[in-house]
Amino acid sequence: MNTPMSGSIEAAEPVREAGDGLGRAMAATFRRDLTAVARRPGDALTPLVFFAMVITLFPLGISPEPERLALIAPGVLWVAALLSALLSLDGLFRGDFEDGTLEQLLLAPHPLSLLVLAKVAVHWLTTGLPLALMAPLLGVLLALPQGSYLALSATLALGSGCISLIGAIGAGLTVGLARGGMLLSLLVLPLFMPVLIFGTGAMGAALGGGEWLGHLAVIGALLSVALMAAPVAIAASLRISIHG
Amino acid sequence: MRLCLEARQLACERDGRWLFRGLDVVLKAGEVLRVEGPNGSGKTTLLKILCGQIADVDGEVRWQGRALPRARADLLANLLYLGHAPGIKANLSALENLRWYQALGGEGRPDAELEAALAEVGLAGFEDVPTAQLSAGQKRRVTLARLVSSRRALWVLDEPFTAIDVAGVAALERRLASHAASGGAVLVTTHHPLSNVPGVRRLTMDGQRQVAS
Repeated sequence: MNTPMSGSIEAAEPVREAGDGLGRAMAATFRRDLTAVARRPGDALTPLVFFAMVITLFPLGISPEPERLALIAPGVLWVAALLSALLSLDGLFRGDFEDGTLEQLLLAPHPLSLLVLAKVAVHWLTTGLPLALMAPLLGVLLALPQGSYLALSATLALGSGCISLIGAIGAGLTVGLARGGMLLSLLVLPLFMPVLIFGTGAMGAALGGGEWLGHLAVIGALLSVALMAAPVAIAASLRISIHG
Repeated sequence: MRLCLEARQLACERDGRWLFRGLDVVLKAGEVLRVEGPNGSGKTTLLKILCGQIADVDGEVRWQGRALPRARADLLANLLYLGHAPGIKANLSALENLRWYQALGGEGRPDAELEAALAEVGLAGFEDVPTAQLSAGQKRRVTLARLVSSRRALWVLDEPFTAIDVAGVAALERRLASHAASGGAVLVTTHHPLSNVPGVRRLTMDGQRQVAS
């Protein structure tokens, strides 16, 4: 695509061609976002605390009987984790949009879709993964039967990857809006349904003593599709939001 | 090959109003082009069109003789764009902000050079302070340090003098002049007269009419 340009270089800053350095740009963006989270851990902790609070409400609101709780535990855990992740998605691009670094990210001589992948990876690492690791502890609170903890963590870990990727499309579309949070939920919640169905399906299979790895494989397949398609959609949504 | 950014017959309409029509712009190596005009006359929009951010316009923008959007990646590799927002992360230090821009632009200068760049814009001793603790003018200086630390041929600066003190204005004017003298090109919107920059070309945006001199 790029025709090489030759000739004498007269400028102190020679005219360059778009080139490599994509890996370094992605790594730097990843590190920068991770540093930002480390400096303000409260932002990353909020969804986790929200998750714990919501789960605590169910024994109080329904009944403390373990039999009843065990029945609803898989669905409640999954829905609460999904909503917690959603809570943090609104801020994914908002800070960058407000301080102007998002505009600069769009002007980098690299594919935007891959640069945003670094940002989404940080979101998953600081939200989705902690939620997945925390879920078994809250499962105890809901009398979730033994033997399904691994299924819960594994499906949530993969499923939250899908949620981060799909949710980032909505976050990109609503980043320019003053109160985009509610609209973001309406936009992306329907897209989370397949993940929820297979996630709770895996839990049901694990509780019934059946094979849950098949469900996990479907979530893995969903994640693969999301990994391929979502970055392009995120980049497009950000371009629409910023340049109109 | 010498730097050349040109636009032919640009026309941009916003909300049923023509910001400009039939606009020709040529920017070559060694030139400083100042875009001037009242608020809302489309200066920022023109800048964004010329560096490939806004594509839904009539007319054509060419970088080194090749039309956007095909030449966009090459244009971006040579572009240093400073917009209205400072583009500085508040919870990172000045040095960390510069490091990110270095990696993003495919440059990898050592910290010593970045510290020297910060010292040159008057931020010696503030390298490791979170930029949230800096004043508005100091934040703008962190942004301006990119003019020193990044080696890009084409500078597109949108109101770079905002919040800068008198000494800073003079230093920035000198920097624009020396960049042009060394073969770079500067496209700048400002309400400052740029009296210390020799040979500034002007493009006046005035609703329907554009006067180039």
